[in-house]
Amino acid sequence: MLGNEAIARGAYEAGVKVSAAYPGTPSTEISENLVQYKDSLYCEWAPNEKVATEVAIGASISGVRSMASMKHVGFNVAADPLYTAAYTGVNGGMMMVVADDPGMYSSQNEQDTRQIARAAQVPVLEPADSAEAKEFTKLAFEYSEKYDTPVILRTTTRLAHSQGLVELNERVEVEDKPYERNVGKFVMMPGNAIKRHLVVEQRMKDMAEDANDFAINRAEYNDKSIGFITSGIPYLYVKEVMPEASVLKLGCVHPLPKKLIQEFASKVDKLYIFEELEPVIEEQVKSWGIEAIGKEVFTLQGEYSSALLRKVFNLNGEEVMAPAQVPARPPILCPGCPHRSVYSVLKKMKIHAAGDIGCYTLGAVAPLSVVDTTICMGASISTLHGMEKAKGSEYIKDWVAVIGDSTFMHTGVNSLINMVYNQSHGTVMILDNSTTGMTGHQDHAATGKTLQGEEVPAINIYHLCKSIGIENVYEVNAFDIEELEKIVKRETRRDAVSVIITKSPCVLLKSNHFTKKCKPLSEKCKKCGACLKPGCPALTKAEDGTILIDETMCNGCGLCKNLCKFEAIEEVDA
Amino acid sequence: MKTRNIMIVGVGGQGTLLTSRILGGIAIHAGYDVKLSEVHGMAQRGGSVVTFVRYGDKVEEPIVEVGQADVLIAFERLEALRYIHYLKKDGVLIVNDWRIDPITVVTGVAEYPEHILEDLEKTHTVYRVNAMEEAKKLGNSRVFNIIVLGLAAKYMDYTKEDWLTVIENTVPSKTVEINKKAFELGYSI
Repeated sequence: MLGNEAIARGAYEAGVKVSAAYPGTPSTEISENLVQYKDSLYCEWAPNEKVATEVAIGASISGVRSMASMKHVGFNVAADPLYTAAYTGVNGGMMMVVADDPGMYSSQNEQDTRQIARAAQVPVLEPADSAEAKEFTKLAFEYSEKYDTPVILRTTTRLAHSQGLVELNERVEVEDKPYERNVGKFVMMPGNAIKRHLVVEQRMKDMAEDANDFAINRAEYNDKSIGFITSGIPYLYVKEVMPEASVLKLGCVHPLPKKLIQEFASKVDKLYIFEELEPVIEEQVKSWGIEAIGKEVFTLQGEYSSALLRKVFNLNGEEVMAPAQVPARPPILCPGCPHRSVYSVLKKMKIHAAGDIGCYTLGAVAPLSVVDTTICMGASISTLHGMEKAKGSEYIKDWVAVIGDSTFMHTGVNSLINMVYNQSHGTVMILDNSTTGMTGHQDHAATGKTLQGEEVPAINIYHLCKSIGIENVYEVNAFDIEELEKIVKRETRRDAVSVIITKSPCVLLKSNHFTKKCKPLSEKCKKCGACLKPGCPALTKAEDGTILIDETMCNGCGLCKNLCKFEAIEEVDA
Repeated sequence: MKTRNIMIVGVGGQGTLLTSRILGGIAIHAGYDVKLSEVHGMAQRGGSVVTFVRYGDKVEEPIVEVGQADVLIAFERLEALRYIHYLKKDGVLIVNDWRIDPITVVTGVAEYPEHILEDLEKTHTVYRVNAMEEAKKLGNSRVFNIIVLGLAAKYMDYTKEDWLTVIENTVPSKTVEINKKAFELGYSI
């Protein structure tokens, strides 16, 4: 089972009744696996992580076990409800799964969830493999109810997307906790919150004391000349490379078991703290006056590995080959991707784009090179607005914001409301491909289908934009490059907010059937290279300079054909 | 048994995940402990992707280290070269003799290396197949990865019957027959 699959199984076995999430690599498969148990529980895609967390809080208050899952940057969006849910505590057990991405395989930063959890004063459990992922999930609900707090299960990309063997258990139906009105606990106005803050401090103290005896905090004594304090996936690297070393494996990484750590430190000669990302354990341990080595030798950046341990401890055996110097192969937009068509128009018009989070972030790299900025979900629209307010509407006449449909529903719509309210003159392009593309095709409020597979009315993005007071809203087929160019030219010159919705479903959607393929007619080819400009991976140059199209890759979108002025590319039946 | 290390490398979209699931499935089928590590998300979009599979009596970490792969399965020539330093000296490279230009080559920033396989054959044990051509002959170019897997299967610890059973249990039911045929084809090379 994938780590994420195991978490879903654990939640099912723990009797979870409500789950909400917004997709984000590497957390997405949790909800995608949870849905197989929909006869026993309810699960949904929420528009964003704040909403998902509040759904889980509400379900918990009503008395059932609930969860919300997200990636690390989504945790920032969820921080607002979380910080206060730490004060209210729970009724039914509540867990948040937060997936960090050391090495940034699919993220815009490398933040460490444990730091936010510490700031919010909520406990954090961290499993090391799929089997633990399932068990710790169940434990998270027990601790949540015992200590009256939301509990965070922290994972990383490597755990989430690794598979290991998992033993299955039956689901245990947990009786709903009775709901009783309790204003002092659940209405966080100052008078009540002041009292709850004391409860929070006491709870964390109690839990820190109990953590010394948690079975998931485990000292493994072997050779005592070297001891490691570690948790999660890095534990496996220690076991792989230095199986003879003593290890204190922490399953609960916040709060820390101080006595257990002191005892372990006193029994080993040299103490190392081996934790990915920030020195969260290390700084606390050192603040207690314990001597230890951590970030002096282990990096703050990227994903850890066995190789890192071998390097630090000079354990390299026979010499290994150096990697070959080869051309990089960065991720690119798929053949037939509608974003490529939109960007080819913007590139031709020399337009800058304030970008957003999704596959279309790839518009930043050559040969498209249209996207100038990418910050976080929804930021395209608000950063464009900020530029306009800073420099005036003339300045942004060659700028647009680009945002996907799912990201627009996530946190784009409030930025657009702000543009209307504060009288911006920018052009917003919503690249509507009818799905959440990059995370692997999850539905959202504007697709007309739920996580559980029900057909529901789709939010109409066009009417939504109209209803917040934008007069100039246009829909255009993403592959109609002539029409698109005309509209972009007109709207970027307009002194008002405009929205251009480019429509064409993601090329990877299963519902998408391709009936055409593009075929080069080399005798007509003038070798001008116009078709190559958008960087479609299906197109290459033959040795004589004419164009070759890989028929196994081509999805027949016709962009290259439309760009060819010499009719040297034709569409044929696939 | 000592842990065996398998790697699958290729270009996002070439079906590395399906192949790794079959490899994971067969290890379980044979009663081994097994760990797999995959890449999802942005990296999958036409980028270089790598999947690790480790099986044996007891497996700790899910990643294969440099110089430790027993079998390196490459779905594309350049990717074989990119990850060749992971292969043990006495390991085998199974490679799909196929070229996909990375965007850096398409845009002229970099050049696609010549004679990759010929050079690798000088230093390593290399078995190659043009699986794309073979798959087209079978009538479905998508099963090229199972042809490559069939060729690689000869260098792992399972019987042909085990493979066919696991393939049947892993691939979508509509494609069982064509995938089995593809496997047999690769296995018979």
